[in-house]
Amino acid sequence: MSEPAATLLQVDHLTMRFGGITAISDLSFAAKRGDITAIIGPNGAGKTTVFNCLTGFYQPTVGRLELTHETGKRFLLERMPDFRIARDAHVVRTFQNIRLFAGMSVLENLVVAQHIALTRASGYAVAGLLHLPVYRKAERRAVEKARYWLDRMGLTASADQPAGSLPYGSQRRLEIARAMCAGPVLLCLDEPAAGLNTRETNELSDLLRDIRREHGLSILLIEHDMALVMEISDHVVVLDHGACICHGPPAKVRADPAVISAYLGTPEDEAIALTRGRS
Amino acid sequence: MAAADRQRPPFVAMLRDSALAAVVAALLAVPLLGVRLVDNASGLTLDRRLPLVLYAAAAVFAGRLLLSLAGRYLAPSLRGMTASLPGMPRNSLVIFGWVLVAAALLLPWMPFAERNLIDKLTLILIYVMLGWGLNIVVGLAGLLDLGYVAFYAIGAYAYALLSMHFGLSFWICLPLAGLIAAMFGIALGFPVLRLRGDYLAIVTLGFGEIIRVVLLNWQAVTNGPNGITGIERPTLFGLSFSRAADGPTFAGFFGIEYAPAQRVYFLYYLILALAMLTTLFAQRIRRLPTGRAWEALREDEIACRSLGMNPVTVKLSAFAIGASFAGLAGSFFATRQGFISPESFSFIESATILAIVVLGGMGSQIGIVLAAVLLVGLPEWFRDLAEYRMLVFGGAMVLIMLWRPQGLLSRREPTVLLDPKPASAEATVP
Ligand SMILES: Nc1ncnc2c1ncn2[C@@H]1O[C@H](COP(=O)(O)OP(=O)(O)OP(=O)(O)O)[C@@H](O)[C@H]1O
Ligand SMILES: [Mg+2]
Repeated sequence: MSEPAATLLQVDHLTMRFGGITAISDLSFAAKRGDITAIIGPNGAGKTTVFNCLTGFYQPTVGRLELTHETGKRFLLERMPDFRIARDAHVVRTFQNIRLFAGMSVLENLVVAQHIALTRASGYAVAGLLHLPVYRKAERRAVEKARYWLDRMGLTASADQPAGSLPYGSQRRLEIARAMCAGPVLLCLDEPAAGLNTRETNELSDLLRDIRREHGLSILLIEHDMALVMEISDHVVVLDHGACICHGPPAKVRADPAVISAYLGTPEDEAIALTRGRS
Repeated sequence: MAAADRQRPPFVAMLRDSALAAVVAALLAVPLLGVRLVDNASGLTLDRRLPLVLYAAAAVFAGRLLLSLAGRYLAPSLRGMTASLPGMPRNSLVIFGWVLVAAALLLPWMPFAERNLIDKLTLILIYVMLGWGLNIVVGLAGLLDLGYVAFYAIGAYAYALLSMHFGLSFWICLPLAGLIAAMFGIALGFPVLRLRGDYLAIVTLGFGEIIRVVLLNWQAVTNGPNGITGIERPTLFGLSFSRAADGPTFAGFFGIEYAPAQRVYFLYYLILALAMLTTLFAQRIRRLPTGRAWEALREDEIACRSLGMNPVTVKLSAFAIGASFAGLAGSFFATRQGFISPESFSFIESATILAIVVLGGMGSQIGIVLAAVLLVGLPEWFRDLAEYRMLVFGGAMVLIMLWRPQGLLSRREPTVLLDPKPASAEATVP
């Protein structure tokens, strides 16, 4: 085993029931290291639920979620509490309904995301309270990292404004920047293009490709914008009623009759976009 | 002219609205005020009191009209007035803060500073310190704590009992009391980890009552409702402030004449130092990961967890640190009074401290000072009006909620700026 395992995330037999509702039934898929893996499906298919299971917000009814770091270290996510999944397994997510620290400044949002590193540097607040150089240096580094992501996302000008006062598109980008500041190995994006206009969506698509390349990142992407999905993903998993109906490279998924019929049951333009790709 | 046209309909609407209110009042007043049973020689008769009904209706009509007029014409100007408050630049607030500190330091040397005034200021400063401590829990971490007085009580009893049974001096007991209160803070924190908002408020309220009831009933340890008397008074590096003591006295050491006021002045400086410790600590920790985590938790707990923060440690640290300052204040209270009983730690104290925090503007250090002066200082000076205290208190809270729901002074300053200097220079350029 000299090569690092190619599989970053292996989901096996994931099932999630809420009382009588089965939101996900026996779902298995894998995500390769360095890939952008998209999860698509009609509304209510269970995509967000998959994220919630992965990031520990839900405890799966059945299933095994295994994450392997490049070092070979393995994590069984279904056994870990949510904050440890982010802290130790470095799986960081964004939310379908943006969850920023709205009253805090944009920069603070990014500094809070580096909480773990900064807490250690502040000697659990002791070095920080004494204003020791160790802590000051660590804080400066955190601000520099935040500045990098602000520049990347074009948010530098509003760095000191409350995050809640940003326009919608900027809030989405800030949430991605915040996740990146937490140092993810696997970044899970829940509908990052929702509510963005075409220009913003194109920018997002470039951005995701770039940061994936530059930061050795793997991305799990839930998205309804089919053009975006087809353009940037390496692998697509299609969910319908909690089950995987098809998976493979975008070209294969696009042509699959099961996928088309699942989508034809829902908004028509989505199905058309799916068959045509980006117009 | 067009403006006048547009103005008239609201006035007509106000009149109609007031008339309607007057009719309702009159209808209600007929059975309530309009008739009276009179017991006279010929048996019970009904006495009609029509004028009273008319007075009531007229009063309601006038009151209602005045309220709507005030709401229409006064509120915008009030709002305009207050809008200038948050615009106050940060620097001027900081300077104002240090001026206040300097004034507090120099005050006892002023000719008008008699003992009574210093004593009252000491009391206000206790509440300022409690407000600053509670602000860590409520203002920063967003955990609504209605039982804060419990930690104050624990600090007071911790000092009283430690000094009584082990003969420990005030200066050793002070940090111990803070520590013990912090431990109780954690003990309270555990069961309420999953609660937020109203539910948390109810449980903490219950916790405050439990502590008070235990103090009241655990005769063997706390001496129940009679409280603990003869609590050791504080010393300055071993110098006591009494006329004659076993050890050296303050007056004797400095070769000055003994005066009972010396202790009052000493206590004043002591609580000033403790309060300053609280606010400086709070302001520093707000800029540290711990403090930012508290604020982040207040904003969105789920997002916190998704970034790897353990909500348990974040919440418990807020409870523990908030409680420890109440513990310090409590032992100061005990040493100042020389006597404590459960009576001093009733729910109304928690409510007062919370009101100070809310009125002051959550997170605002100076706002809390103003609120403490208003809520604790004014009732002390106007003792004769003590009966109306709760009325004024309630009225003030209602007004503040209508007028400035965010508190007297509240403008959140970011804990870190991207480019601290250029940013302020930029502010002058449009
Ligand atoms: N906490 C919960 N309790 C009960 N049912 C839930 C819960 N969370 C999700 N569900 C159900 O699971 C199903 C899948 O929901 P999910 O949010 O995962 O869909 P989705 O694919 O993300 O849809 P969308 O595209 O609209 O975001 C839905 O039927 C939903 O009602
Ligand atoms: Mg969803």
